[in-house]
Amino acid sequence: MGSSHGPRKKPFVQAVLWGAVSVAMYYMLLTNQEMLNGTFARGGLYALLPIVTAFAFSIVHGSFTGHFWTVFGVEASKKKKEAK
Amino acid sequence: MHDIAAQAANFIQLDTATILYLFAVGFVGGLVSGFIGSGGAFVLTPAMMSLGVPGLVAVASNMCHKFPKALIGSIKRAKYGQVDVKLGVIIGVSAEAGVLYGAHIQEKIKAAYGDAGSNLYVSVAFVVILAIVGGFVMWDAWKTYKSGDTNAEEKKSPLAVWVQSINIPGTMVYFKSMDAKISILFTLPLGFATGMLAATIAVGGFIGVPSMIYVMGVPSMMASATELVIAFVMGLGGSFKYAMHGLVDIRLAMIILAGSLFGIQLGAMGTTYVKPYMIKVVMGSIMTIVLFSRALMVPVYMSQLGLIATIEDGTMKMMKDVSFGIMIFALALGAFIVLRAMYVGKQEEKRAIAQEGLIHG
Repeated sequence: MGSSHGPRKKPFVQAVLWGAVSVAMYYMLLTNQEMLNGTFARGGLYALLPIVTAFAFSIVHGSFTGHFWTVFGVEASKKKKEAK
Repeated sequence: MHDIAAQAANFIQLDTATILYLFAVGFVGGLVSGFIGSGGAFVLTPAMMSLGVPGLVAVASNMCHKFPKALIGSIKRAKYGQVDVKLGVIIGVSAEAGVLYGAHIQEKIKAAYGDAGSNLYVSVAFVVILAIVGGFVMWDAWKTYKSGDTNAEEKKSPLAVWVQSINIPGTMVYFKSMDAKISILFTLPLGFATGMLAATIAVGGFIGVPSMIYVMGVPSMMASATELVIAFVMGLGGSFKYAMHGLVDIRLAMIILAGSLFGIQLGAMGTTYVKPYMIKVVMGSIMTIVLFSRALMVPVYMSQLGLIATIEDGTMKMMKDVSFGIMIFALALGAFIVLRAMYVGKQEEKRAIAQEGLIHG
């Protein structure tokens, strides 16, 4: 652990973990295309399936992409975080 | 709405090239959305259609990637203190009503004048609105740049000052982004218009953001961030509506989302490195370039309707390709300005920190 004055530790582990879950979800999406097309496009209350899926992907993949950029040193400006 | 089974059967086959293409367009669209609050849809929908995706499935799938993207973008920008959730939800809900009404008008036009008539209406609406609003945004950004005082706090437009001065008892709501109370009787029609435009030209933010800035007096940084909340509310409702008819191709939506979530994080971070007028520069540039793209299609649809002499098939195809090329250029230019501004901002910050270190060290 670095001292409190040192640079913040990069979230490498989080990026790898969220990335692994994201890759697994995309793998399932692409290997079950026929089943997904058949079920998700049935209409009616099946409409909840694409909505819930979109939320799940946004949380998992969104967390991954956030950590991904941080690991690569791409972060918001430290001076102008509150830019009205 | 089209027959559900027929639509599902129309879902395209995906190969690696298609996946990479959608990922890349999603990334650039996300980058621009993270910065200006909208954008990308005007390229994504035709990009999907160019792959053989039916129009309604393209619109539905685009919408289903938009709301999760907007959710992540708004959370990110809320961390920078740029989001007015209350304003976003109020406008978002009224925009939803506008979407329904806009779609109803679209259906009527389609029934009366066919596909070409509907396309002509969309293109003319695009050109007229973008010429007025986009031109004004560009002019305003240019004025700020020429004034040489790009650091100055944004001045409220005279219209916004007037809107904020009107007191209609029982309808006043306080919004932190304006640090003022305004009547909900102003926000509702603006939200409705945003939704109507979203249903017509697929990019509600092109009117939502300027109306928040110039009519309500919201600073441009906060307007572009709050637009993401509006996009989330509208996108969620719209996606559910389309999904009820079996029109969402979840594979397309999630592949575009894969790219756009990389982009939107970057675009959101980009806003912390730039001066507020850069939001207007990027938005105005994209709007005015896209205007030319749609204007090029007007004679194509007029010819299909028999309003002007028939245009040869070869020429028509060329005009369509050039129009699509201009749209891609608009998006790419927007992304370039964002990335460049971010790079320059980061370099300036590094220099400032180094200088501070020299002074204190």
